[in-house]
Amino acid sequence: MTSLRIFTVGGLLSYRALFNWQSPTYYIPTMLAHPVFQILFFAYLGRFAGTESDSFFVVGNGIQVCAMAGVYGMALTIGGERWTHTLGSLLATPANRAALFLGRALPNVANGVLVSVFGLAAGRLLLDFHPAPGSVPSIFLLVVICTLSCSAFGMAVGALGLRFRDVFMIANPAYFLMLLLCGVNVPLDRLPDWMVTIGSGLPLTHGIAAAREVAAGASLSSVSTLVWKEIAVGAAWTIVAYVLLRVFEAEGRRRATLETV
Amino acid sequence: MRVVRLLWVGLVFRVKELTRSGLFIFTSVIEPLIFATLTYYLFNAGSKPETVIYSALGAGMMGIWSSTLFASGGAISWQRWQGTLELLVAAPPAFLLVIFPLTLGSATIGLYSLTATLAWERLFFGLPFDPVHPLLFVVSPPVLIFGLAALGLVIATSFVLYRNANALSNMLEFPVWLVTGVIVPLSLLPGWTSVIGWVLAPTWGFQAVRRAVFGGDVWPSIGMCLALSAVYFVIASVLMGIFERRARERATLSLA
Repeated sequence: MTSLRIFTVGGLLSYRALFNWQSPTYYIPTMLAHPVFQILFFAYLGRFAGTESDSFFVVGNGIQVCAMAGVYGMALTIGGERWTHTLGSLLATPANRAALFLGRALPNVANGVLVSVFGLAAGRLLLDFHPAPGSVPSIFLLVVICTLSCSAFGMAVGALGLRFRDVFMIANPAYFLMLLLCGVNVPLDRLPDWMVTIGSGLPLTHGIAAAREVAAGASLSSVSTLVWKEIAVGAAWTIVAYVLLRVFEAEGRRRATLETV
Repeated sequence: MRVVRLLWVGLVFRVKELTRSGLFIFTSVIEPLIFATLTYYLFNAGSKPETVIYSALGAGMMGIWSSTLFASGGAISWQRWQGTLELLVAAPPAFLLVIFPLTLGSATIGLYSLTATLAWERLFFGLPFDPVHPLLFVVSPPVLIFGLAALGLVIATSFVLYRNANALSNMLEFPVWLVTGVIVPLSLLPGWTSVIGWVLAPTWGFQAVRRAVFGGDVWPSIGMCLALSAVYFVIASVLMGIFERRARERATLSLA
């Protein structure tokens, strides 16, 4: 019961205290306008290059923008504990670590879903992206799965914030490399093999591929392999994140660096 | 002479300061290379192979805007966080002259993005780079830098008054890339966006660099870029006066 309380109440309080972009003056430009401009930019870039349809870019970027919350949000939420000097106190508690950190992911997952849905809706209104109405629930489900796996990856990035002073040094490359490696803007078969291999171990790659097929009319069951791969990648990153958090917590205690800013 | 010295010292200080910021080094070094690689594969996968070299130059210029936007936006915020903003405002020189070298320094470092991107694409992707007007290719990037710095100055003024103005810099990266035609020709965008592009000095600066590389009349673009930059200085000067006064009245200068 205590772990459940830490998971829900602790996660919510942490989000309210540490997620720096909650104010509308931050949230709207950063979490809503930026993703829409990203989608528009790549869609027009694709038109100019003659690469793929608008639909390809709207689905790819519309889902990838969940990383705004999944990667940056998690980095802020975990790394923020260091900046506000609460990390030492937090890790001095006997709280269940899984509940502690997974609870911090949950509000970011909800936020990521909202950002992605907004981006996809904007793409539907502004570009040539017209998925069949029947495919919308399946696309929504894929957005939720992708956001979960992306937040697990973000938690691993945030864990590095326990070790490195500026977590954005990791979050920024992570976000931008996803644009390149996850098939967001370049068809995977046009990338070198080594990039495809890295991409297949990152969140979003399989989920975006599944969402593209669903948006084109395929059923969810026909892309189940891709969906399960995405879930497996998310689960793997959750384990990686948990291990990193525990390792860096122990190392931070040993080296007395938890409060180094 | 004192103004020139102030600008020079500010510029050198800013460049030194930024080259010691890990986050800024990422923005001006790593991010442009990621975008260069992305655009290379994206355009290579497309049906118009002739656009690959066009995109290569565009990707390099995109990096200049990123570093200008990021560091110009941060110019005043960072002073505020370090507790030096009030001292700078209270100093005898006009605050605009103190801030301008900060934005110019950010844009100047952006030159590295252009160079690194072109070198990256030459070395790793074998893309040729033979400017049609080599001499003008040397002249036009500094003009572009000046135009970007002037635009950065206008953006920076808002940070004096609004603490949350850096949300603006989070948002402006992609739209300015779009409406200035840095990598996507303006003719592909809705007509009304061209009007926005025309009043942005970087549009003309980007065009000058592009024409120096691919051919075309460079001087009109350079002229437009410089003229619009001058207009930005006037706008920034007026806005800075208003914002500085309001921030003093409301005692919000040092509030982070």
